[in-house]
Amino acid sequence: MMKQTQPSNQQTLATDGFRLHPEDEAAMREEAGHYEQPQAACIEALKIVQRRHGWVPDGAIPAIARVLGVGPASVEGVATFYSLIFRQPVGRHVILVCDSSSCFLTGFDQLHQALSDQLGIGLGQTTADGRFTLLPVCCLGACDGGPAMMIDDDVYGPVGADELPGLLEDYS
Amino acid sequence: MTSQRQSPVYRSRLLQPASERQPDTHPLTWRLRDDGQVVDLKDYESKEGYCAVSQVLSAHDPQSVIAVMKEANVRGRGGAGFSAGLKWSLTMQGGDMPRGYIVCNADEMEPGTFKDRLLMEQQPHLLIEGMILAAFANNARYGYIFLRGEYVESARVLTQALAEARNAGWLGPDIAGSGFDFDIAVHTGAGRYICGEETALLNSLEGHRANPRAKPPFPGQSGAWGKPTVVNNVETLCNVPAVMLLGADWYQGLSGGRTKDGGTKLYGASGLVNRPGLWELPIGTTGQEILDRAEGLRDGRKLKAWLPGGASTGFLLPEHLELPLDFDTVGKEGSRLGTGLITVVTEDQSLVSLMRNLEEFFARESCGWCTPCRDGLPWTVKLLLGLERGEGEAGDVELLDKLAADCGPGLTFCAHAPGAAMPLQTALRHFRHEFEQGVHYPKGKAHADPIPVGQV
Repeated sequence: MMKQTQPSNQQTLATDGFRLHPEDEAAMREEAGHYEQPQAACIEALKIVQRRHGWVPDGAIPAIARVLGVGPASVEGVATFYSLIFRQPVGRHVILVCDSSSCFLTGFDQLHQALSDQLGIGLGQTTADGRFTLLPVCCLGACDGGPAMMIDDDVYGPVGADELPGLLEDYS
Repeated sequence: MTSQRQSPVYRSRLLQPASERQPDTHPLTWRLRDDGQVVDLKDYESKEGYCAVSQVLSAHDPQSVIAVMKEANVRGRGGAGFSAGLKWSLTMQGGDMPRGYIVCNADEMEPGTFKDRLLMEQQPHLLIEGMILAAFANNARYGYIFLRGEYVESARVLTQALAEARNAGWLGPDIAGSGFDFDIAVHTGAGRYICGEETALLNSLEGHRANPRAKPPFPGQSGAWGKPTVVNNVETLCNVPAVMLLGADWYQGLSGGRTKDGGTKLYGASGLVNRPGLWELPIGTTGQEILDRAEGLRDGRKLKAWLPGGASTGFLLPEHLELPLDFDTVGKEGSRLGTGLITVVTEDQSLVSLMRNLEEFFARESCGWCTPCRDGLPWTVKLLLGLERGEGEAGDVELLDKLAADCGPGLTFCAHAPGAAMPLQTALRHFRHEFEQGVHYPKGKAHADPIPVGQV
């Protein structure tokens, strides 16, 4: 009988020199303990990496898979599904501008135009100095303050085009 | 922030002063503070907080809680309007059945909806108390609050409140000396509207892509990790403590003859109104009263249409403003109550442009599992973009009819596609001329070709 080798794709996958920070690995293991199965901590694990690096580098995928004991394809499948997990580098600050119906009816187009003019970028792009990334987002639940947007963890609305310069100043 | 300049920071708020909000008429909001600060544990306990848990866990059994909830007929406030008591009565429990989960759907992402944010940011303990009662009734061992990732403030407030509740013995082993144990964790998401769909939410909770699951089995039979699981919206769960304290008859009476539904509802208004906002009103309040509270439309504009409860509900007309906004009445008009937060469209706003915006949303947020949704919605967007630019072709409006029909109920795994179809079908019914105006006459050459290759 032929000698069978154990499937070992997790050991052989390149990690591009990515090293999981020990604190992050510990945080992931703790998260995994909140659920019946460690796969459930997958989104949180991606967010943990993202908090440290700003995005999820390629090498983090097999690293997370190893910690959670799941396949890398499953982690990548999750990473590419969710809009707030970034698989490309983003700016130091992420602007999420709400493009849903209430904001659309109260001035999204003007806000979007003003943001594009001021930053010199369109949706999905990052400024050359790496300061801002501009992304559209689902209804922010701030419809009584439309047009609304978020910068990092802060919600703003209603945002007038003339208020933008001063607002962006606070994020260096 | 160091500068003196006023930043347009957004704060969730209710536009009703404390004097208007009484315990027996405003069960969801009477404890809220006028200054908008969080009702913390001490404050909550001083306002009958956790009284329902003390009473129910010591004197009731799970089946009697379910019976009261069924009688009160608390209909799901996430938008579907399904009786929470009936849902609970279908949860498998007893015998060899393992204890399952209570999952609070706090993935508020329905365009036009901003109600659960208020309840979580300012009054977290009411939700926690509701979840404990739900757990007791459904014999759940653990609870998750599935919170959308962008609700950073809600996450902060809820995490602190859970720690307070745990320290005070309202969560953990042997709650209030009853022998019942239960605890709750906050699970934050990472975007995607589809996570709000009950079964997609469970896949997301388990750490998978948020594709919906086939039903049956329903979550009450086999939900998170195959265990019996109850998924309820934030506002639904926040109704439970008062129902258990004051009873089903009181709850039914709250609507005061406006409708056969009971209770209150967080209603709201957004769009070009003078005072967009949120109010707790008897269920069955009319659209007109909500619009009046919002002080009418800005700059003397006229109302053209309105969405009664989010992007996935059908358009209503000004003549529908006098109808009571309850689940059945709105349903009879070819729409849905949905979340009950109305979005107004004024005469000067193009229905075609708004429809294009809505369908771009649904196309982007489709999880891609079912063909009519994955392929039909981008096609719909393409047609709408053409009509919006006046470059539509003869037959485009009829094609929109067909694409919307292909997304109708029962043709896909979940309600995302029907949700995308309903506003489109009602817009085409009520405002067909606006769409037809976008058709280019004489017919473009492109349409002679069987393959649609417009300029779009």
